[in-house]
Amino acid sequence: MDDAAPMPRRSALDSLEAALPKIVLGPSLLVSLIFVYGFIAWTAILSFTKSRMLPNYEFVGLYQYVTLFENERWWVALKNLCVFGGLFIFSCLAVGLILAILLDQKIRAEGWLRSIYLYPMALSFIVTGTAWKWILNPGLGVERVVQQLGFPGFTFDWLVNPQMSIYAVVIAGAWQSSGFVMALFLAGLRGIDDSIIKAAQVDGASMPRIYWSIIIPTLRPVFFSAVMILAHIAIKSFDLVMALTGGGPGFSSDLPATFMYAFGFTRNQVGLGAASAMMMLATVVAVIVPLMYSEVRRHRRG
Amino acid sequence: MAEFTRAESAGGRAFGRVIVYGLLVLVAIYYLMPLIVMLTTSVKSLEEIRAGNLVALPTSITFDAWSKAWGTACTGADCSGLKGNFWASMNFVLPAVVISTLIGAFNGYVLTLWRFKGSDALFTIMLVGCFIPFQVVLLPMAQTLGWLGLANTTPGLVFVHVVYGLAFTTLFFRNFYVSVPEEMVKAARIDGADFFTIFWRIILPLSPPIIVVCVIWQFTQIWNDFLFGVVFSGGERQPITVALNNLVNTSTGVKEYNVDMAAAIIAALPTLFVYVVAGKYFVRGLTAGSVKG
Repeated sequence: MDDAAPMPRRSALDSLEAALPKIVLGPSLLVSLIFVYGFIAWTAILSFTKSRMLPNYEFVGLYQYVTLFENERWWVALKNLCVFGGLFIFSCLAVGLILAILLDQKIRAEGWLRSIYLYPMALSFIVTGTAWKWILNPGLGVERVVQQLGFPGFTFDWLVNPQMSIYAVVIAGAWQSSGFVMALFLAGLRGIDDSIIKAAQVDGASMPRIYWSIIIPTLRPVFFSAVMILAHIAIKSFDLVMALTGGGPGFSSDLPATFMYAFGFTRNQVGLGAASAMMMLATVVAVIVPLMYSEVRRHRRG
Repeated sequence: MAEFTRAESAGGRAFGRVIVYGLLVLVAIYYLMPLIVMLTTSVKSLEEIRAGNLVALPTSITFDAWSKAWGTACTGADCSGLKGNFWASMNFVLPAVVISTLIGAFNGYVLTLWRFKGSDALFTIMLVGCFIPFQVVLLPMAQTLGWLGLANTTPGLVFVHVVYGLAFTTLFFRNFYVSVPEEMVKAARIDGADFFTIFWRIILPLSPPIIVVCVIWQFTQIWNDFLFGVVFSGGERQPITVALNNLVNTSTGVKEYNVDMAAAIIAALPTLFVYVVAGKYFVRGLTAGSVKG
């Protein structure tokens, strides 16, 4: 009896010890289940209801989605997402790759240059937007600088020109994010085995040709990561537009994220806002899942 | 590594080097230009700005715009500058960074060194939090914060940033601890060390590099956040990014570009400071998720 008494206590302690990892991870998992999965489901439900200023759980089927796709402003936002996303991703990749290749030529002061290319990533998109709003200011900004250089007829009014406002967002966005892509490519270049290049040189291949047909293809995984991250940034883009153009003039530079904020929070159309949020989620899934799938399949085969 | 110019003549090589350096420096100037323009504009007087040129250096330096941006600039009827918002940001950013990093460290520790059946699947489930556009959780979160009495409060913002930062901090620590040999933990367990002792005595001393990366990442993300700030905060407790945006985009009357620029630099200073002091770790954080993933 005396010997047996401590035994159960000890095994209780042991089982507590064994359960400890689960107890530690539990709250985070619960948070994830509620605030990520649960909230996505909640938003989905809201998108099928009549909710306007306050959530209202009277179901109306696909009404909000129909309304969404009949809304001209939503179409402008979608078109802008294509224009902005395409140009933003392309220019970041191009600038990032070229900078990385140039920086990889045994450059003195490489560290300094790298730090300069990357510092915009430390800034808030609001700060970036504020700075570029001033630089692109029609009247006092770049326009006047060029006029004073001797081109009095020069105009640069993208910020107030509904046809061009989304391109102004591209300029600021690419300025902020291209240095980051450079860092990704540079890391990729540093990981390439020198002997492949030496062998190609012995065979008499020119350097541009070696870059084009050997080095750049081996950077494929980096392209994949970069496109995934940039697409993600583009779809979520909100702050930059808010600071730079506020979605204007009119709603000419709206993106889905600013549309969702406008309808979900300032115009009291909760159901429509929820529907647009679900469409944003669908866009992310539509971009990321195929990219990941193709990359995983390549890995398995390779 | 590879050089464009290796196989060419000496003259061609020198020419190539000049082109490479020239391009790199030109691009560097382009990247620096907005920061320089912000700085110079912030110390110019409004008359000089109106009469002068964006890229011209200031003829006389004045810090009036800085003190105005910090203490007396008006957004609507409120004329107290950004100082309140600066400290409000500090107030929710620091706790959110500490809490999310701490929880991330424990999660990473469990997910690598105390794995149990199904723990990998749980990690994948949590990782989804890194990929969602946050717009898809905003409306429910607004309502939930209201129910909890946390709407427009500092604890509310801390809560939101911790909840949606966990996936990233867990990812950071998990990827770091994956390279810690499991034998170390097994040996310590045989010696009778328990879960927390092992974490405290063995794992934590190995962790400073990843703690720095994670703290910097979280600090930059949360300080720079605008979306959660604009949706879940109000009045004087608004984060500095929200206050800056209001100042720049809703001010009535005379547009004071110098004050706008000073305000923007004030909002950028903490993260720029971190970048200058610990840039290496900042870059490591940026590339950690992407290169591995």
